[in-house]
Amino acid sequence: MAQPGFVPPSISDFFYNSVIGHSILATKPVMLLFFSVILISVFFAVSARKAAVVPSRLQYSGELIYNFVRNSIGQDIIGEEYQRFVPFLFTIFTFIFINNIFEVVPFLQFPTMSHIAFPISITIFVYCVYHYVAIKKKGFWRYLKEMCFMPGVPKAIYIILAPVEFLTYFAVRPLTLAMRLFGNMFASHLLLLLFTLGGEYMLKSALFVKFFAILSFGLAIGLSFFEMGIQFLQAYIFTLLSALYIAGALAEEH
Amino acid sequence: MKGTLSIVGFGLSTIGPGTATGLIFAAYINGVARQPEARSILQPIAFLGFALAEALAIFGLVLAFVLK
Repeated sequence: MAQPGFVPPSISDFFYNSVIGHSILATKPVMLLFFSVILISVFFAVSARKAAVVPSRLQYSGELIYNFVRNSIGQDIIGEEYQRFVPFLFTIFTFIFINNIFEVVPFLQFPTMSHIAFPISITIFVYCVYHYVAIKKKGFWRYLKEMCFMPGVPKAIYIILAPVEFLTYFAVRPLTLAMRLFGNMFASHLLLLLFTLGGEYMLKSALFVKFFAILSFGLAIGLSFFEMGIQFLQAYIFTLLSALYIAGALAEEH
Repeated sequence: MKGTLSIVGFGLSTIGPGTATGLIFAAYINGVARQPEARSILQPIAFLGFALAEALAIFGLVLAFVLK
């Protein structure tokens, strides 16, 4: 019953062929992306349709998610002018969360955010928003001055602080924002692949090893539940940090 | 036993984020122990700090796989 050696999952497992010819749009991640958008739109449209003062369960669940983003992320973080950013924050929160959840949904089982392009595209939006808001409120030169030469710091430190702050605002923040989401989803998918494929490999091996296959599958299931928490946390953190950057752009120096 | 240096590097690099996560949640537990009403106020801060520290560990893991 010899089988060839175990091939651990690698990056090539993240690339899918297109189902219709050679189109780049017909691969599994892109179809999951479209599906998530349809899912979110339909759910919230139906949830808000017959809005009653005493909400039904569907309306209550939609309002729960919306209130969570509006209050604990929008209002608490941004403060005064939070209302105009709530649609944006709500969109990215639900979009990232639903796409992350697709990893543990049976038959779908792929987090679209594990392709770096998707977090990057969302990050580009956040990047443009917080820079535009700051420049519109403070003017370009005053924004740069407040960013690089923070008040309340001994003047000699500006030599190292100014480039560091400049790099942070313009390079490090978007990079880490995208990579955090990408890395978490990539790592979780890779781990689940490892446990599942390893369990399958062990199941086809000698009898003594079959017991460990059960252990491996059990670990995969347990890890799926843990990953659900991580998926929610990553969506929440992405939105929270976007709100923090916007709040920082709106804040006046004290 | 074969391995790659990048995986060893990743293993070493988790010292930092692991310590940081411990410190963050130790501070959170201390804060809630001193004043249990502050639990819901401190919770977003704790999770934000945790995610920021965890990000570096995740970068290490991703780069260990990508840059074999």
